[in-house]
This record gives sequence, C-alpha cells and structure tokens, in this order.
Amino acid sequence: MKALANIWRNLPLKAKVGVGLFGFFLLAGIIGPIVQPYDPNAQTPLTLAAPSGQHWFGTTQTGQDIFSQVLTGIRLTLELSLLVGVIVTVVSVLVGVTGAFLGGVWDDTLSLITNVFLVIPPLPLLIILLGYLPDQGQTPTILVLSLLGWPWGARVIRAQTLAIRGRDFIDASRETGEKNWRIIIFELIPNEISLIAASFVNTVLYAIGASVALAFVGLTNVNEWSLGTILYWSQTDSALQVGAWWWYVPAGLAVALIGTSLVLLNSGLDELGSPRLRATRGTARVAGHRIWPTDPTPVLAQLQASRGRIGSFLYSFSRRSMLEGNAAGGDL
Amino acid sequence: MAYILRRLAFYLVAAFVAITLNFFIPRAVPGNPAEIILSKYQNITPQAFKAIEQMIGGAVGTGSLWSQYLHYWNDVFHFNFGVDLTDYPTPVSAMLDQALPWTLILVGTATVIAFLLGTGLGILAGWRHGGFLDRSLPVWMFFQAAPYFFIALILVDFFAVTHHWLPVGQGYNGEVTSPGWTWAFLSNAIEHALLPAFTIVLTSVAGWMLQMRNVMITTINEDYVIAAQAKGLSKRRVIFTYSARNALLPQLQGFGLALGFVVSGALIMEIVFSYPGIGYLLLEAVQNKDFPLMQAIFLCITFAVLIANLVVDLIIVFFDPRARAREAA
Repeated sequence: MKALANIWRNLPLKAKVGVGLFGFFLLAGIIGPIVQPYDPNAQTPLTLAAPSGQHWFGTTQTGQDIFSQVLTGIRLTLELSLLVGVIVTVVSVLVGVTGAFLGGVWDDTLSLITNVFLVIPPLPLLIILLGYLPDQGQTPTILVLSLLGWPWGARVIRAQTLAIRGRDFIDASRETGEKNWRIIIFELIPNEISLIAASFVNTVLYAIGASVALAFVGLTNVNEWSLGTILYWSQTDSALQVGAWWWYVPAGLAVALIGTSLVLLNSGLDELGSPRLRATRGTARVAGHRIWPTDPTPVLAQLQASRGRIGSFLYSFSRRSMLEGNAAGGDL
Repeated sequence: MAYILRRLAFYLVAAFVAITLNFFIPRAVPGNPAEIILSKYQNITPQAFKAIEQMIGGAVGTGSLWSQYLHYWNDVFHFNFGVDLTDYPTPVSAMLDQALPWTLILVGTATVIAFLLGTGLGILAGWRHGGFLDRSLPVWMFFQAAPYFFIALILVDFFAVTHHWLPVGQGYNGEVTSPGWTWAFLSNAIEHALLPAFTIVLTSVAGWMLQMRNVMITTINEDYVIAAQAKGLSKRRVIFTYSARNALLPQLQGFGLALGFVVSGALIMEIVFSYPGIGYLLLEAVQNKDFPLMQAIFLCITFAVLIANLVVDLIIVFFDPRARAREAA
C-alpha cells in the first residue's frame, strides 16, 4: 500500500490526469448498466429529441435514450479492450522474451514473423477475418483483435530483453544453476515491468480504436450496445443530415476521452522512465531575457546583439538598457 | 546494395505472407466457404454463384489445395481478382482502378503533410522544451486519441451542414462537372478534398509531433550538439543540421511502421465523407458481403503500404551516412 502511494506521488501530472479520467470511465462502465435511467433498447414516441432534463443526451430516431446507450456501451467497449489488452500483452511477452532469450534460429524466425505482421496494415485484414467468421458476437472480435495486436509489443519487449540479457545479474543467476524459466520469470520480467505496462496501455488504446472502427463499419453485432454501434446507428440513420449532433457526439467524445486518458497515462509513464522528457518550465529569466536550456550560456553583450537592429534601437531608450550596460561594463 | 536488397527481400516475404493469408482465410474458416458466402448473400443469382466459384479458384474441392494455390498465384500475377458480386460482370480490378487514384492522392498528400508538419512542430517543441508548444501537447493528444471518423463527423457538421462553407461529401459534384483534366473539375475536386485532408492532418499530426519531440529532447543533450553550440554556430544550423537531422532517423523508421495504421484510419474516414476512394469501396463491399472485392482491397492496401515502406527505407539510406557507408562497402 505504501509502495503504491509512493508510485502515485512520483507520477507526473499527466499520468495522474490520465488515471483519473480512465478511472471515471471505468466506474461508469461498472455501475453504468445499474444506474441507467431507461432500457437502451426501449423505443418511445419521443423521437430525435434534443438533450433535456428527461433525456440527458437526447433520443434516437426510434426514441431510444442515448444516455443509457452510452452507459451500456462504455461497459462493453471497455470489457472488450481490457480483455484484448491482457491477451495481447501475454502473447507479446511470450514471443518477445522467448525470441530474445533463446536467440539463434528461434529469434530469427520469431522476429521475421513479428516484422511481417507489423507492416501488413491491420484494419483491412481485420475486416476480412471478421467478415468470414460466421458468428458476429464479441468473441470473434476479441480473437481477431488479439491475433493481429501482438507484434508491436513483441518487438519492443524483444529489444529490451536483448539489452537486459547480457547484464551481469542474469549471468550470475545462470552461473548459480538457475533454470531458464526461473531466470525469465524472476529476473527478466520484473525488470521489464514498466515496458510491459506501457505495451498493455498501448494495446488497450489500439483495441478501443479498432473495435469502435469495426463496429462503425457494421462488422460486429450491431444489436449489442457498444460505443461503436451507437456511432454505427447514428451514421446509418443519417443523424448528421438531420442535425442530431447529440446522437454521435457523446459516444465519440467518450471514445476520444478514454483514448486521451490512455495516451496521457502512457506519456506519463514514459517520463517516469526517462525524466529528461518531462516538460518542466524550462525557461529562466536572465536580465529580462528568456533563456532556454538549449541556449548557450548567456553573455549579456550577445543578448543585445541578438535583439536585431530595430529592437536594440528601441531598447536603447529603456531604463534597463542603462543598468545592463553598466553591469556588462559597456561603453555607457 | 546489400542493405536495400535485404529490405527488398523482407518486403517480398511480407507480400508473400499477405497473398497466402488472402488465399487461406476463406478456406480456414469452419465449414465450406462458398456456403458461408451463400448463406450471407440472400438472393443469389447463378451468375453471382459463378463469381464466387471463380474467386476461390474454381469450385472448392475440385483439384488439390496445392493446385488451387498455384492457380490463385497465377491470378494474382495477372491482377485477376475475380468478378464483383454486387455489380456482377464488372471485374474487381476495374473497380479498384477507379477508386485507387482518389485515395492515393488524398491520403498520400495528407499523410505527407501531417508528417512534415508534425515533425516540424516536434522539432520546435523539443528545442523549446517546456515552452508553449510543448505544454500544448495534451490538446494534440486528444485529437490523436479520438477516432478519425468522429473528428470527421464533427468537422462535417460544423463546416458543411451548419455553415455550408465546404461540400458535405463525395469526391466531386457530378451535377456541375465531370472527371477530366479540366480546371473546373480539378478545383471542384480540391474543394471536396479539403475537409477530408484536414481531418487526416489534424488527427495524425500529434503522433509524429510527440515522437519527434521525444527524440529531439534526447539528441539536444548529446555532446556533439553542445560542441556545435560552443563553436558558435548559428542557432538554425544547430537545430536543423545537428539535432533534427539525427532525430529524424527514428522518426522515419516510425513513419514506415505507423503507415499501416494511418492508412487504415484514413480509410474509415472516407466513409464519413462518402469519398469515392478505396475506403468507401471497402465499406460497400462489407455491406454487400462482396468478398472478392474485400480481398482485392486488402491486397491492394497492403501492397501500397509495402511500397511506401520501401521508399522510406531508401530515404533512410540517403539520410543516414552510416547506412550509406554500409552500402558503399
């Protein structure tokens, strides 16, 4: 518990905002279906109503309550992407670590497969696979997304494993007669945990994007409420043309915000790993000039020269120029 | 040459895998693929049935799998992807011919613009680390994380439906002009391409920017950059010739790898704009369960991405003195 609190304190602000935002949607996904005011499928005579106190996000063409649909949709979308995230992370750790640790032919084969699947564009392949699978429920989508999602993680984890493999502590545990699987589980993987976490977050991001896109095209079960199917129905029933912005904005915004929270979390984790990336307030003021970390050490005479002709002419009238001229030992 | 040849061999392997996948996917699904297609395809005509047979390389079961496979390769080499199911006697390759230029020009141009813009902004954000541009990154991340088609919907709503500043969709206005190398058509087509192109740039610029910024920040702390500054070189020279040029290599490699995702997103975006390109064709194919068309589109997009990757590799060799030295040796 104390360790957790410690991690939290060291997290950059970005990551904290990301965690908070994601937590909000996670909560909405968990309690959403319980607190939703209406049945998302129930059709009412009140069609295409704009947002009001009764229907917070308005209603669809058949009078369904969009707020309830979004709440149900968040749960389904999150369930699917978190599951894909877990499966993909396990596979990419297996492939990445095995290849790099065993080396030789194993490594060559596995990294060739990884690289081939990296360059083949995923979406058209996803579409074909889903099109051929007979049952268009959640399971095929999860399977297909997992099947095509692992190469990114595997590539990064392989590189990291290659870097760690040669370190002394691995050699030491091999000398003491540890078995390969013990070295992998107790020595290697704990050292890659931040990378694995980043790869998990990235995968969830990919799964959300891809599953929403697939649903938008109509390739998942369009009668189950996910954030993608809400967008699918708004597109098929031409919400745009009738000006029903409330139909697609909440679902789209939810996807975008969940995505943003994950990107923030990931770049926060990155900064935790390499503090150089932190966007500190880098500027310092020296004699009224903003000095950036990348600027050479300031020399006052140079600063004045860098002001340009008109700038320095105007500056020569200011009171500060007299003070600075004195300080720099200028020709006042 | 060795490096380029190795890359070429790799892309050939990737193309081989893609073509093979394309052959086996219909055969690997449980049950008879022809029947699955038939069951999905409601009122099927005898002609369409023949088209399905042709697509899966002769009726399933005639000939061994191996001879079907060879037959299929022969078809691929002759760009013979079977006949379209919905629009029966039209060959699939003719439909691709029609749609491909639209996508190549729109998505290609917009992606290159987004890459250049993102890299430029990334250079600035990295150089002025902690500055205004750098702290605005979370806003860009929102556009990066939002689905392409959602941003597209919002933009269409604002610019086209509400304010009528730009056309709602389509590649050109068929009532005003017809395709040809005339100014009237070109200006009309450009007007229609503005909004889709802007969407692609807006949603993909953040990714390039973030990556370039991160690499920039690591390079500006390198000794050779400090040395360049100490020599009193101009700021522009230090930024572009010393830091950015070295930061550009990982960025270019990333460009190749991310291309598949960018193109995929752009395809979905076309659907919102009813843009007459590959993405819209793909949607129609999906809705009509037009499998020959779907598979041909998959191969087409894959080849485009592979070729683009090869071009990126060539550029890397040009930019990276180490790679050039390897080439010369």
